[in-house]
Amino acid sequence: MGYTLNFDAVWRSFDLLLAGLALGLALAFAAILLGCVIGLVTAFALLAKSRMARMPAGLYVTIIRNTPILVLILFTYFALPELGIRLGKIESFILTLAIYSGAYLAEVFRGGLLAIPPGLREAGLAIGLTEMQIRTSIIVPLMIRNVLPSLGSTIISLFKDTSLAAAIAVPELTFEARKINVETFRVIETWIVASLMYVATCTALAAIMRKVEQRLTVPR
Amino acid sequence: MPDHLLEIEDLHKSFGETEVLKGVDFTMDKGDVVSVIGSSGSGKTTLLRCINMLEEFEGGTIRIEGEVIGYTTAGGHRRRKPEKEIARQRALTGMAFQQFNLFPHMSAIDNVTLGLIKVKKLPKEEARAVAMRWLDRVGLGERAGHYPGQLSGGQQQRVAIARAIAMNPHLMLFDEVTSALDPELVNEVLQVIRSLAEDGMSMLLVTHEMRFAHEVSDIVVFMNDGVIAEMGNPREIFPNPSTRRLAEFLKTSSFN
Repeated sequence: MGYTLNFDAVWRSFDLLLAGLALGLALAFAAILLGCVIGLVTAFALLAKSRMARMPAGLYVTIIRNTPILVLILFTYFALPELGIRLGKIESFILTLAIYSGAYLAEVFRGGLLAIPPGLREAGLAIGLTEMQIRTSIIVPLMIRNVLPSLGSTIISLFKDTSLAAAIAVPELTFEARKINVETFRVIETWIVASLMYVATCTALAAIMRKVEQRLTVPR
Repeated sequence: MPDHLLEIEDLHKSFGETEVLKGVDFTMDKGDVVSVIGSSGSGKTTLLRCINMLEEFEGGTIRIEGEVIGYTTAGGHRRRKPEKEIARQRALTGMAFQQFNLFPHMSAIDNVTLGLIKVKKLPKEEARAVAMRWLDRVGLGERAGHYPGQLSGGQQQRVAIARAIAMNPHLMLFDEVTSALDPELVNEVLQVIRSLAEDGMSMLLVTHEMRFAHEVSDIVVFMNDGVIAEMGNPREIFPNPSTRRLAEFLKTSSFN
């Protein structure tokens, strides 16, 4: 084993890795934002009285959660154009990750909603609030507090899923790392650096989520 | 003839196969303090919850100041009123709940101002002034910035009462408001209700506090098995119940 670690080649291309990381974060941010909206609507639909609302929401969650995300990414990027829906690499990936995260977040949010005592909605109704006002002022703020711990790990896991965008040549961190190691043959060094960048970013995300959680904790 | 404050006619309500209210008729006027008593399962709480449409009901009419609550009937078809309309009608009454149901992520004063701002559309400052007035009134002005989790059960219930009353309801509904409280906290809540009654607030209370019902009520309604079995002035019907059921109920309840 005469291998000596030499990071020079990786450092020379470090700005590419950084740009890749930034793109990955941006992809995750856009997808999760969209996914939160999809997830919230779906969560309310899953808990709705009407079967007409529950059925499609349940179907969506079942299909998306039981399909590997790589398959979804490839389907959106390669199969949809055959049906006449043509999207750029980045748009295609964001859309896929948003739909994917929406299904997971729907389940997370649903759990958070179930933990809210029904009496709070009734108290809102009793003072004359409409269902919509109750949702925005009472239910959603409480639900977010309920789900923050699990939301944190969902967000981290979705950020890591941005590495799969490499499969459709989106130039995020994993894609750039692969490029560097193909060009320089510094396989071990490149993947060590890329891994550490993922670890550092996820750790930072977790710390931010903990801060948010502390911020929103209700004094008691 | 002026309309009654509350007029209930032949009210029927079922949960699935079980009929809980089997034809309730009842009227009360402005300024009346009415206590509803009866064993659990007799339909007292359901009756209260029908009045502000927290429960739907299948038959009968409820009127508040002459206005039909919850449903319209046209051409023999009974339909639920639009949500906006029901929300407006709900604001005619205020309700305090057994479990307080304060919004846990809001301070005491924010609990009170929420409805004033969102429903009454008061400017923020004015809402805070109204809220402070009521929090002072229930003896919690100094705790306005506290969150529900930082308050005792009795204090939470007083905030909940302030939240309901700040909306200036025409009728206050109290649903077993002391049942979830530790015994030593019951009195502070009853004291608040007593002082509101003395001020002439119209109220309908579901309660297990017989002594309190006896003391504050103009009328006591005894419910049994989904109907009003007996009603009247507590000073008359408590010592001399005319039905055997009420006599038995009074014997087994804490009042003697």
